[in-house]
Amino acid sequence: MNKLIKFILTFVSAIALILTSTSISFAKVVGDKIILGAAVSLTGKYSTNGKHTQNGYNMAVERINSMGGVKVGGKTYKFDIIYYDDESNSGRAAQLAERLIKQDGVQYMLGPYSSGLTKAMAPVTEENKIPMVEANGASRSLFTKGYKYLFAVLSPANQYLEVAIDLAVEKNGGPVDIAMAFEQDAFSQDVRLGIVDAAKRTGSKIIIDDKLPKELNDMAATLAKVKATKPDVLVVSGHSKGALTAIRQISEMKVDVPMLAMTHCDASKLAKQHGKNSEYALCAAQWHKELTYSDDFFGNGIKFDKDFNALYGYAPPYQAAESAAALLVYKDAFERANSTDKEKVRDALAKTDMETFYGNVKFGDGGQNTAKPMVLFQVRCEGDTCANKLVAPTKWASHKLVHPIPSWSSR
Amino acid sequence: MPPKFIGGIFFTNFMDLLIFKAPILMVQASMDGILLGILFALIAYGMALQWGVMNIINIAQGELVIMGGYVAYFMYVIGIHPAFGVIVSPIIMYFVGVGLYKLVINKVVDRDLFISILATFGISILTQQLMNFIFGADVVVAQSNFGTTMLFDNSVTLPNSKIFSALVSVIVAIVLVIYMKKSKLGRAIRATAQNSRAAKILGVDTEKVYAATFGINAALCGVAGSLIAITFTLHPYVGLPYTVRSFMIVIVAGLGNLPGVAISGMGLGVFEEFADYLLGTEFRIGAVFLLLVLILVYRRFKLSRKREYLK
Repeated sequence: MNKLIKFILTFVSAIALILTSTSISFAKVVGDKIILGAAVSLTGKYSTNGKHTQNGYNMAVERINSMGGVKVGGKTYKFDIIYYDDESNSGRAAQLAERLIKQDGVQYMLGPYSSGLTKAMAPVTEENKIPMVEANGASRSLFTKGYKYLFAVLSPANQYLEVAIDLAVEKNGGPVDIAMAFEQDAFSQDVRLGIVDAAKRTGSKIIIDDKLPKELNDMAATLAKVKATKPDVLVVSGHSKGALTAIRQISEMKVDVPMLAMTHCDASKLAKQHGKNSEYALCAAQWHKELTYSDDFFGNGIKFDKDFNALYGYAPPYQAAESAAALLVYKDAFERANSTDKEKVRDALAKTDMETFYGNVKFGDGGQNTAKPMVLFQVRCEGDTCANKLVAPTKWASHKLVHPIPSWSSR
Repeated sequence: MPPKFIGGIFFTNFMDLLIFKAPILMVQASMDGILLGILFALIAYGMALQWGVMNIINIAQGELVIMGGYVAYFMYVIGIHPAFGVIVSPIIMYFVGVGLYKLVINKVVDRDLFISILATFGISILTQQLMNFIFGADVVVAQSNFGTTMLFDNSVTLPNSKIFSALVSVIVAIVLVIYMKKSKLGRAIRATAQNSRAAKILGVDTEKVYAATFGINAALCGVAGSLIAITFTLHPYVGLPYTVRSFMIVIVAGLGNLPGVAISGMGLGVFEEFADYLLGTEFRIGAVFLLLVLILVYRRFKLSRKREYLK
């Protein structure tokens, strides 16, 4: 009996030893593979966007691998990603970051979906000095903490709607009156800060500044104030729920404003769900397929759109495009570093200055992408089908901005 | 100079607003509050009903509402007008309710309140995840295309979908009251609520009554859910505010008091809208909770005075 126990003990510890040693050799580069780690939301409330993120990553990995892989030190490597599901939960995301780094030995990370989860993971990657290229965390506070290993290919949240205020001032021929309603969460409040800055810069006045509680699904009071004060611009940001609620109630209450600027029109499928009622809404986006940036892997936006559609059966939202761009940035950094050492890769990442189909990428001191402007599109309808048309920046605009928005009585 | 609303009108152009804009804004706020309140009162009535009869506080109330909403949404997706959801959804939700009773609730119905809260909290998490799994994590809306009623030269606008919601809620409430008064099951439910042991002795099958009560509550949630699908938005995780709101309404109104529930629903709705104008949107929900605390403290104060008097 004693013998048997000893035997079992030896057997178990042998297996444990093998497992630990393999997981160490599993680290960063295995054979001809560079292993990246990612926790994305495959279940829970972010699962839709988590899926877009994963699809973007996967498509880019496939494309880079099939087009010759990553050349480091005369050797060709292929990318591979270890995924975990963070369940849309920030506590879980932080745990998984630990697990990817400590157990799976991952040396290079990709970001999760959403600012909140990125914020939860960043301290872990930072502490372990693991570079993380993220594509879906835009909150300004990510870039003011002095993180050295965090790189974001997207524009920070405060830039989302600044362009809209500039546009309104330009159309108005002077300062404007701004009404705004933002949900009380990190991202929306960052967007708000951007508007406050823009108002100061242009000498505009903020006449309504509502902070919507998270659980609120009724904006009638805010909109009644808008009707009473007649501002030049109404700015709304509150994720998909905010965008859908705003359009529903603006159309029901017949609120006339010359300009309506929002976020999350893409994610909430605004044009599809609200149809003609959403017409003329101006939406901030990180990317639009009609932009004329290009690269060797995906060609340009139109081609990316087509290929993505062929692969996954739906048009890529910007979340997928920016996620794909994160892989291009990694490939570029590995090749410039000409090493798989994480510190050298980190330094190469910091010096990134490249063009991708998604836009130019160049990182500021805080890790945010400073080379890419936000774009604005306007929902336009032909008959009953409505779509997002690019209206700003003017360099790429395919359509002219309709300003002021026609009144409800004439629509 | 246009009036400002920053930080609520109390702090800025109070006079300007009160004199020139207030009458219209006050009408708008009251109407919005009342229409909203009636809808919430319907959900609250379901909660009061099963609370009174079964002594169960249903944390999953909001999830039942959202589930009912998805029924209407799917009718909308396949091309049926979502307003018909107020007929189809309660039928489906009734069976969901009875099923839930048979599966879980009947095991906790005679236990203390804490157990039932835990059990329904579990149901709430489970249904959230299931809905997320089945319906996806997108926020969705169903279009009723009912249009808008405009009053006072277009300065007060009432979405017809909200008016429709309020009307349906009132009709359902009236039908329910008559049913409770006249029908056999209704009388059995009321008897069980008053004294379940006595009712049992007198031949009422309380098990059946409990199942029916939970089913009726779920059906009410189904009606409310389909109304929410056409007036607000649906998402697997937005149920909790409806639970909290109906809980508050019941606390203010007391159990088994339908007019009380209706009035407290509307009262809280109007109070909330006014709090939004006067204090600012960020204090809107906080203000309602403050009111709730005040009401509870006042009640306790009144009770303690009564006791002293009796001594």
